[in-house]
Amino acid sequence: MMLYVVRRILYAVPIALSVGLVCFLLVHIAPGDPINAIVPPDAPQAVVEQVKHAYGLDRPLPVQFAIWLGHVLQGDLGRSLATGRPVWEDLRGAVANTLRLAVVASLLGFLAGVVLGGLSGVFRGRWIDRAATTIAVAGVSVPHYWLGMVLVITFSVTFNVLPAMGAGPDDVAGWSWDWAHIQHLVLPAVTLAVIPAGIITRAIRGVVSEILSQDFIGTLRGKGLRGRTIAYHVVINAAPQVLAVMGLQLGYLMGGSILVETVFSWPGTGFLLNSAIFQRDIPVLQGTILVLAIFFVLVNLAVDLMQTLLDPRISRA
Amino acid sequence: MKDTEKLVEARDLTVRFVTRDATIQAVNGVSFDLAPRETLCILGESGSGKSVTLRALMRLNPLKRTVVEGRLRVGGHDLIAAKERTLSDIRGSVVSMIFQEPMTALDPVFTIGRQIRETILRHEAVSRAEANRRALELLELVQIPSARRRLDAYPHEMSGGLRQRAMIAIALSCRPKLLLADEPTTALDATVQIQILLLIKRLQSELGMGVIFVTHDLGVAGEVADRVAVMYAGRFVEEGPVGAMMRAPLHPYTRGLLGATVHDQPRGQRLTTIMGAPPDLGRLPPGCAFAPRCPSVRAGCLVDVPALRGEEPTHQARCILVPGVPELERAA
Repeated sequence: MMLYVVRRILYAVPIALSVGLVCFLLVHIAPGDPINAIVPPDAPQAVVEQVKHAYGLDRPLPVQFAIWLGHVLQGDLGRSLATGRPVWEDLRGAVANTLRLAVVASLLGFLAGVVLGGLSGVFRGRWIDRAATTIAVAGVSVPHYWLGMVLVITFSVTFNVLPAMGAGPDDVAGWSWDWAHIQHLVLPAVTLAVIPAGIITRAIRGVVSEILSQDFIGTLRGKGLRGRTIAYHVVINAAPQVLAVMGLQLGYLMGGSILVETVFSWPGTGFLLNSAIFQRDIPVLQGTILVLAIFFVLVNLAVDLMQTLLDPRISRA
Repeated sequence: MKDTEKLVEARDLTVRFVTRDATIQAVNGVSFDLAPRETLCILGESGSGKSVTLRALMRLNPLKRTVVEGRLRVGGHDLIAAKERTLSDIRGSVVSMIFQEPMTALDPVFTIGRQIRETILRHEAVSRAEANRRALELLELVQIPSARRRLDAYPHEMSGGLRQRAMIAIALSCRPKLLLADEPTTALDATVQIQILLLIKRLQSELGMGVIFVTHDLGVAGEVADRVAVMYAGRFVEEGPVGAMMRAPLHPYTRGLLGATVHDQPRGQRLTTIMGAPPDLGRLPPGCAFAPRCPSVRAGCLVDVPALRGEEPTHQARCILVPGVPELERAA
């Protein structure tokens, strides 16, 4: 078992490295020259060359990658081209904000998904299943940035009960779990929770009704076990597959909230990415994508390990 | 035989599956008794209603859309009147079942030991340690080698034969009075089949259980049964002691089944088969359900379902050609 864990962790290293390479290259393949963002368009060629040299952008790509990777491994993500501040300082706050939003949204989405999916799996074909399925399909289909705007119009503009923008009162820096901050979290979290809720509802419905149709459920009933104990068997059997879906969703929420963070001006990684893209701020882009990708790898690793714990068939080597 | 001595008493047991489109008459008035320590074998082809009958004996048919009627007493409990809560107390303690597929009938993510333990803990007020000790005893009882180690094994780590033994151990964990076996050897290798049959036979005499065995295999029936009931289209068409049944079958269907087995024919000779297919249980004919396939069918067969009749009261068949007086419906 320990061996398996170590092996899985070692597997994650080359994946993280390749991810780093891909996001390094992607930024260079993408059109647009970062120099244009720093120097005025009418600057003389000599100045452009000088700036390029200062940022190391005149070196061959493999060398740039090696230098960048070397710095990254020392925890140095470079400096922002736009602000000149270390990338990590901006990124740290953004990651924390996004993590808060993603975790809260996941909890909401998972809770709704587990309840709706469980109900529709158990009562497959009845009205409760149809209702839950309708909600799930609507949740997956509605564009979440549109939903975000509708929520803002409803709760911020019309009823004026929740703030529309930002991650806390303007005069206070940082985050704390008080209502002044949490009220800013409500709308974006709900908006983000809708898609995972729908996906998880569908996944759990499928898994639960599949498990309930298996022979061993008959055995459990034949042994005289009651609903609660049988439900426990169903949960343990469903957990590995459901965890996999949840892990993916958490990963998507970390990286995929650019639209929602922009709609709510939530100062997270999506917001940061958005502005970095427009400013061709390569170090910020690379750093952010790398951190998100590594987070994705870690979530998947955690899911893998939990699955192994729950399902003895996966591996006990 | 006095009423109190009967382990199972079924009278006019019917099971219907009601769906929006159709009503399937899976079991159409089955009546039989089973004495303690007796083995009854229900023989029939796929779709004859034998598994449904067996499941009805512990009311394990799907809760929705299943209608069970008639009279059914098992170990002194009225299973027709019983509520689901009472039924769950009876299941696993008074009656328990061995299923056909040991691969899928065990929960894949729980250890064997745990699956035995939870049955014991469900029905008896014993400690976890005591339940564990009993689980080990049970695995030894069903002759699983290195039993202590197998307690922590998962089903996928064991062979088909061992899994079926584990299944039997689970079924026996609360010393049931009645053991139901739903084709327990069908999914196993031929060599393992006979071991499992012998094991069930031995356990039956050691523990003094009644056994109802469902199979489509005549050889299995001959091996384990005291009495055999042949089932066709949801009815017992013939019932009698195993020897008499094999020697002198009364019903044309039973004769057909016996004729369709392989025994000592010269090589190359074609096996005899029963022509046609079993009837649609959604639309049963008014008369004998076997009439459309019967080689000796006559006009009288199509009028009414034949009553059970025979010269011996213990060996009877539902066929108008059987000599002897039709027995009036046994007093309920």
